[in-house]
Amino acid sequence: MKLDAKIPEGPMAEKWTNHKFKVKLVNPSNKRKHKVIIVGSGLAGASAAATMSELGYQVHCFTYSDSPRRAHSIAAQGGINAAKNYPNDGDSIYRLFYDTVKGGDFRSREANVHRLAECSNQIIDHCVAQGIPFAREYGGYLDNRSFGGAQVSRTFYARGQTGQQLLLGAYGALSKEIKKGGVTMYTREEVIDVVVIDGQARGIISRNLVTGELSRHEADAVVLATGGYGNVFFLSTNAMNCNASAAWRAYKKGAAFANPCYTQIHPTCIPVHGEYQSKLTLMSESLRNDGRIWVPKAKGDKRPANQIPEDERDYYLERKYPSFGNLVPRDLASRNAKMVCDEGRGVGPTGNAVYLDFAEAIERLGKDAIVAKYGNLFEMYNRITDEDPYTTPMMIFPAVHYTMGGLWVDYNLMTSLPGLYAIGECNFSDHGANRLGASALMQGLADGYFVIPNTINDYLASNKLPKVGTDHEAFAEAEKAAQDKLDKLLAVNGKRTVDDFHKELGHLLWENCGMGRNEKGLKEALEKIPKIREEFWKDVNVPGSADDLNQALEKANRVADFMEFAELMVKDALMRAESCGGHFREESQTDEGEALRNDDEFCFVGAWEFAGLDKEPILHKEHLEFEEVHLTQRSYK
Amino acid sequence: MAKQINLTLKVWRQNRGQEGKFETYEAKNIDTDASFLEMLDVVNDELTLKGIEPIAFEHDCREGICGCCGSTVNGKTHGSHERTTLCQLHMRHFEDGQNVVIEPFRATAFPVIKDLIVDRSGLDQIIAEGGYVSVKTGNAPEASTTPIKKEMAEAAMDAAECIGCGACVAACPNGSAMLFTSAKVSQYALLPQGHPERAQRVKNMVGKMDELGFGNCSNEYECAVACPKGIDVKNIARLNREFIKASLTSEK
Repeated sequence: MKLDAKIPEGPMAEKWTNHKFKVKLVNPSNKRKHKVIIVGSGLAGASAAATMSELGYQVHCFTYSDSPRRAHSIAAQGGINAAKNYPNDGDSIYRLFYDTVKGGDFRSREANVHRLAECSNQIIDHCVAQGIPFAREYGGYLDNRSFGGAQVSRTFYARGQTGQQLLLGAYGALSKEIKKGGVTMYTREEVIDVVVIDGQARGIISRNLVTGELSRHEADAVVLATGGYGNVFFLSTNAMNCNASAAWRAYKKGAAFANPCYTQIHPTCIPVHGEYQSKLTLMSESLRNDGRIWVPKAKGDKRPANQIPEDERDYYLERKYPSFGNLVPRDLASRNAKMVCDEGRGVGPTGNAVYLDFAEAIERLGKDAIVAKYGNLFEMYNRITDEDPYTTPMMIFPAVHYTMGGLWVDYNLMTSLPGLYAIGECNFSDHGANRLGASALMQGLADGYFVIPNTINDYLASNKLPKVGTDHEAFAEAEKAAQDKLDKLLAVNGKRTVDDFHKELGHLLWENCGMGRNEKGLKEALEKIPKIREEFWKDVNVPGSADDLNQALEKANRVADFMEFAELMVKDALMRAESCGGHFREESQTDEGEALRNDDEFCFVGAWEFAGLDKEPILHKEHLEFEEVHLTQRSYK
Repeated sequence: MAKQINLTLKVWRQNRGQEGKFETYEAKNIDTDASFLEMLDVVNDELTLKGIEPIAFEHDCREGICGCCGSTVNGKTHGSHERTTLCQLHMRHFEDGQNVVIEPFRATAFPVIKDLIVDRSGLDQIIAEGGYVSVKTGNAPEASTTPIKKEMAEAAMDAAECIGCGACVAACPNGSAMLFTSAKVSQYALLPQGHPERAQRVKNMVGKMDELGFGNCSNEYECAVACPKGIDVKNIARLNREFIKASLTSEK
């Protein structure tokens, strides 16, 4: 395997424009002859499906949900970045590009990030035209707020439900194309394998989640828009059904997997409270605009928050990072929360929480202003914890949220398997080792609305794609392998539930490959994961049958993939003996405890190639060049 | 403070194409800080290990925004707590020893798929008739070209908060989808971007709603009580106005 990023020539600001001119086009009457499969209907998948159908392609879009509108993009709260510079605070495409490269701790590909910043403004234009009710000021113009890692206000938002509104916009566009007949929508259909013929991705195998029936679908290209792998940790802010299976099957069919160790731990989530807990809930980063984070100065101070006087509180982010204060990037905010809790200064029943306090903001702006800005978030907090954040500070703790790693893609967003594309969170491309807040929505929509509709044509126009037919042996083999695996899961008939195994794996990863990682812990995880996996296949209990709606079987099939994926994640974390962004190797830190990169040895994308079962995966390095944003130690002080 | 409670569940069990019936299960040692769905997880784990097929229920985000979850609990859609989806309903609202009856959302237009899972694809079909602005990617003018009065944008957002869970349909004695449909119609009636298509939008969406077997609105307002997002019945009045206006004009 040879990785070619296909970064266009020319100055950074002209690469995308030049590239769009240079790629081959498919003429309108030929577009309708091409069938493209899109897996996933979140922001990236729905926007790509709608746009490619508008262009004339035959699009077939798959989701395991009952409706495309359920995709987890819907849960994004805070906002979407764009370089509009409406507040006149010095923003520009270049600054958004610069902040994103720096925020990613110099582990992303500059050309991709610049393109993302360029597309950001078009996204806002398009979403406003779709009738998305963004927040507005009294004059009728769009309002902005601030997010971490930026000193400008560039975040557009729709209350605390920006993801919901953007997804419903994309879902509307998709629905328009479904009605027109350009998109064939498959709901409650889970894609469980990619079919490769003559070295090209030529289709998929899917399972109908109601009847259990497996089916074969042929296409000229396959686009994965299947999200991230955060649920490998069991507890995360991801929705319960989020999984890595499609991406993992693609990896096993020849697509390289890049930087799997880059996981974003979000600083502001509601702390874990019990063994029965099934997921963690995020409290939007936007809360850090007005909330102040603190812990008591003294260790083991168990007094209620309101009895701790001002001078006995440590507003540690404001103290350590005066220029960014509570709005430092997520990786820094999370790591610092862990540090103060490890020192014994954490609060709450478990000692694994810090305060996010709105008292000062309520005094300054009035309660009504806080209700208007964050009402729904405060309500959600109250529902879950039974506490009133208007009178008592919120308690928060970091939780797994987003995964920057993903399938390796070139500038066209094609994976190393020809004809297979990856867009949105499931690729690795734009966020380096840490994603800035309000950039996931931007990337999902940039990829779907503006990038892939302009790059996929290059592949379709320059390759001969003879009809292969779903009776081709590659389809039969993939279908049989899928059926065998399901049968095998049902046949174990052991004594432990799927969740029980998933929790064991997740706990191990959180302890050994979570916010802090070291060689010893990672090696220990590498020894334990195969044992858990072996035990899973010996003792899991999956009730029911394969020809019916069977949620335990769906879950088991996904967890079986997580059991394999986890090992690659830990291997990658062990290989990368430097700290960068969300990947904090305890051996590599500055005297002040900040992440210390090692650019001489690790300024590359680590892309892993599957070498076969029970064989070591092969590491390929895509060296990263920084022409515009010079490599420096990140500082937010 | 969290404590543990025991409950007796009467749960609707039904397989595809078969008659359904209630089964009784005990939910033991349930932490009151757990959510309703986490309580079902605990019960399902026990059922699994006893060799009984777990209860099928739809869920995904567990944050009250995806609209997947929803069952009727003791006769109330999403349970008794106002403006709360089932996933955000916590067990502290239940008493030790309580009987809890759990049924799928019932409506003519929502056939049961399995146990508590129903087919709500009719709602997607209504949206496909015009629950959007027909703008192609690339067509849009600069975003600040059209100022929109803040109050209008806020009212549109109030309507746009609908999560499509279908509780309004299940709560309505007629199984009507008026609140759902009116929320989308309102969002675009309130915003200038929605105006070019407003007449055909309301006619087509209402037409599809009727065709799919959703009932008529007889102003019971049960929908608004059931709505976990607090969508207002004013939207139904707005839909009616839009519909009448569209019917009076020859515009398509």
